[in-house]
Amino acid sequence: MIRPPAPLSVAIGRAARGLTRLRGGSGSAFPGLLVEKLDPQFLARALAKLPRGVVVVSGTNGKTTTTKMVVELLRGQGLKVFTNSSGSNFTRGVVASVLGEASFTGRLDADIAVLELDEAHAVHFVRAVNPDYSLLLNVMRDQLDRFGEIDATAGLLRTIAEHTTKGVVLNREDARVRAIADSLHSQQIRYFGLAPELRKLFPSDDEMHSASSAGGETPPRSRPDAAAPAITPEDSASGGPDGTGGETPDNEPVEPAGTGLISTPAEELPEADVLLTGLQNRGGSFRLGSKDITTELTVNGAYNTYNAAAALALVRQVLGADINDDALISSLAQVAPAFGRGESLTVGGQPLDLVLVKNPAGFRLGLSSFSAEGVATMIAINDNYADGRDMSWLWDVSFDSLAAGGVKMVSGVRAYDMGLRLAYDDVDVTALEPNLKSALEAFLAAHPEEPKRIFCTYTAMLALRKHLSAYTEVEGF
Amino acid sequence: MSTTSSPKPVHVLQLYPRDMNIYGDFGNALVLKQRLTWYGYQPVMHSYDPGDEFPEEVDVVVGGGGQDSGQDRIQQDLLGISEKLHALAENDAPMLMICGLYQLFGHYFETREGRRIQGIGLLDITTYGTDNRLIGNVVSESEEFGQILGYENHSGQTYLGEGVKPLATVRTGEGNNEKDPHEGARYRNVIGSYLHGSLLPKNPAIADFLIGTAVAKKYGEALADSAAPGLTALGLSELTAQARSVAATRPR
Ligand SMILES: [Zn+2]
Repeated sequence: MIRPPAPLSVAIGRAARGLTRLRGGSGSAFPGLLVEKLDPQFLARALAKLPRGVVVVSGTNGKTTTTKMVVELLRGQGLKVFTNSSGSNFTRGVVASVLGEASFTGRLDADIAVLELDEAHAVHFVRAVNPDYSLLLNVMRDQLDRFGEIDATAGLLRTIAEHTTKGVVLNREDARVRAIADSLHSQQIRYFGLAPELRKLFPSDDEMHSASSAGGETPPRSRPDAAAPAITPEDSASGGPDGTGGETPDNEPVEPAGTGLISTPAEELPEADVLLTGLQNRGGSFRLGSKDITTELTVNGAYNTYNAAAALALVRQVLGADINDDALISSLAQVAPAFGRGESLTVGGQPLDLVLVKNPAGFRLGLSSFSAEGVATMIAINDNYADGRDMSWLWDVSFDSLAAGGVKMVSGVRAYDMGLRLAYDDVDVTALEPNLKSALEAFLAAHPEEPKRIFCTYTAMLALRKHLSAYTEVEGF
Repeated sequence: MSTTSSPKPVHVLQLYPRDMNIYGDFGNALVLKQRLTWYGYQPVMHSYDPGDEFPEEVDVVVGGGGQDSGQDRIQQDLLGISEKLHALAENDAPMLMICGLYQLFGHYFETREGRRIQGIGLLDITTYGTDNRLIGNVVSESEEFGQILGYENHSGQTYLGEGVKPLATVRTGEGNNEKDPHEGARYRNVIGSYLHGSLLPKNPAIADFLIGTAVAKKYGEALADSAAPGLTALGLSELTAQARSVAATRPR
C-alpha cells in the first residue's frame, strides 16, 4: 500500500475528527485509528521534528497529575509543550491529539512533547516512537485484574525504559521500578526518592504483610528479583538466620497497614537526584541535588507531593544546566491537581474533600495523610470496569484509624462489601446506602456543621461530582 | 479469678504471609481471628515465613496466593515443612489454601515450558501453566457450604485426582480449569480454592467450618452463639447476606 503524504494524513484525520464530533463523539479515538491504519509512521514523523524531543510518563499510579506537573514546569521554563491532555493515554489518543494541533504539513508547533501513557499502550508507542526521556513512577496493584501480575506490569515499564534513548528517571523506593536500571546500559539514569523519615508513610504492596510488623527492620531478603525468577538452590533455600520469628504476639494477626517498612535499608539505595524531605499541609520540602527548597502546593495529599519530586527529577534531567530554579519553584506551587485527584470543595460553608482511592497503597496513604478527627467520613466503593471488579484489595487496607470516629456513611455498588470490611476491623458504620445520590444527600444533611471527607473509587467519584454540582461549583471534566 | 472464665486458646497459622499474600488473602486470617473472639475463644496468630521455626501448636492453617516470584521463593521451604503439614492433615486439622498455595499443596505445577515445580502432594491435584489468565467474579455451589462466592485470578489450571473431591461446582466463572466445572478441592478437613475476595468474609460457612472443626477436635465442644458486634447500620449476618447477594449479581 502506498503511504499517503503527511498533509493528506492530517487532512483525512481532521475530516474524520469532524465527522466523529458531528455524530456526537468526543473526536478522540476514531480519527486516530484511521490515521494509524493509513499512515503508521505519521506519529513518529510528527514527533521526530521536535527540538527537545519526546518524554513519556508511565506507571500504575499518579500519571495524570505528574504529567500535568511536568508540563507546567517546562512551560514555566519558557518551552512550548505538546501534551495528550485529552486524557487519551494510548497511542491512538496521542495521534488524535497531534491531529488537533499539527499544521497541514504534519508539523507540531512545540519544543517538546510530554505524553502520559498507560503501561500496556506505552509499549506499543515506544516501539513506534523511541522517547528521548521516560519517567517511570511505580507498579501498584490497581491494574492487576487487567494486567495479571505486578511482575508483568514491571516488565512493561522495563520495555519502555529500554526503548528510551537519552535518559530514564526511576522511583528508587519501588523495588520493581528500581530494578529496571539493571537492564539499561547507554541511558542516563536518575532517581527520585523519599527521605528516610518519610518512608514509613509510603508502604509498598509487598511490605504490608511484612511479618516483622511487631517492630524492627525487615531484612532485605524479600527484595523482588525482577529478572526471570528461575529457581536456584541458593535462592529458594532462603531462610537466612535473620528470620524475625514465626510468632506475633497473642491476638495480633499480621496487620496490613500503618506499620509498613521499606524492606531495603536506605544506605543500599542509589542516590536520588530529587528527594522529598518533608510534607506540610498543602506544601512540601524537596532536596534538588544539594539544594533544599520548601514550597506551597495547590495539590494535596502525600502521593501528589511525591509526584512533584518525580516531575522535578524529570525536568532537571531534560533541561540539565539550562534550568531556572526560581521559575521552577514558582510553577510548581501553581500546578492544580489533575481532575479528581485530591479535590477540595466547599459545600454549605464547610470543606468537603474527595479522596480518590483505587488500590491498597493509595487507600492506606489517604487514611494516614489526613487525620480523621473532627471530620465526618464517608466511603463510596464501586466495582465497575474502571474501578476494578475485584474487591479483594479492601482486605489489604487497615481501617483502624477510623475506629475512633467511625464511618458516617458507606455507599456505592459494593457498599455491603465495604461495610463488612469495616465490621471486621471493629469500625462502626452509622448508615449504609448503595445509591450514591441518596447516600450523598443523607450524608450532607446529617453533618451540616462539620468538615467532610469522602473516600471514593473512580466511577463513584464521577457520580458524586455530578451530584455535588447541585450544591457547589465543580470544575468541568 | 476462676480459670474457667479465661478464653481457651486456638492457634491459627498463616503460611508465608510475606510472599503469598496477594489479593487480600490476609482477610481470611483476620476473619478467623475475629470470629474466634466472637465465639469466645482466644485466637493466637502465628505467621510462618521461609526459615522461621514451625510453631509447636497449630489448630488451623491458612495460606494465600502470590506472584510467580513469591511462589519460587517459598517453594523449597515448603518442601521442608511438608512432613509437618502432612501430619497435621492426617490428624484432621482444618486448613484453607488459596490459589498459589493450593497449587503447591498438589503434586506439581508444570510451567508452559515444561518445567515441573514440585509441590508437597498433600492434595491429589496437578496444575499446568497456560497462556490464558482466568480472571473474574465466581459463583459456585457446594453441597456442604451452599453458594460460595469469590474472585479468581490465575493462569495455572488445576485437575483433580481420585484422592480429592471438588469443593464446589462453578455456575459463573471457571474455577479449577476451563474444561470441567469444578472449583477447589477437599481432602479430609483441607480445603483448596482459587477464590480470593477474600474468601472467608463473604463465605462465613467455611470460616465456621474451620473454627468449628478446630474447636471440636481440641476441646470436644460445639460452637456457641457468636457475640458478633455488627454495625449501627446493620447486623453482621444481614450485612454478610447483602454483600453475598450483590456479589452474586456482579458481572464477571
Ligand atoms: Zn491468585
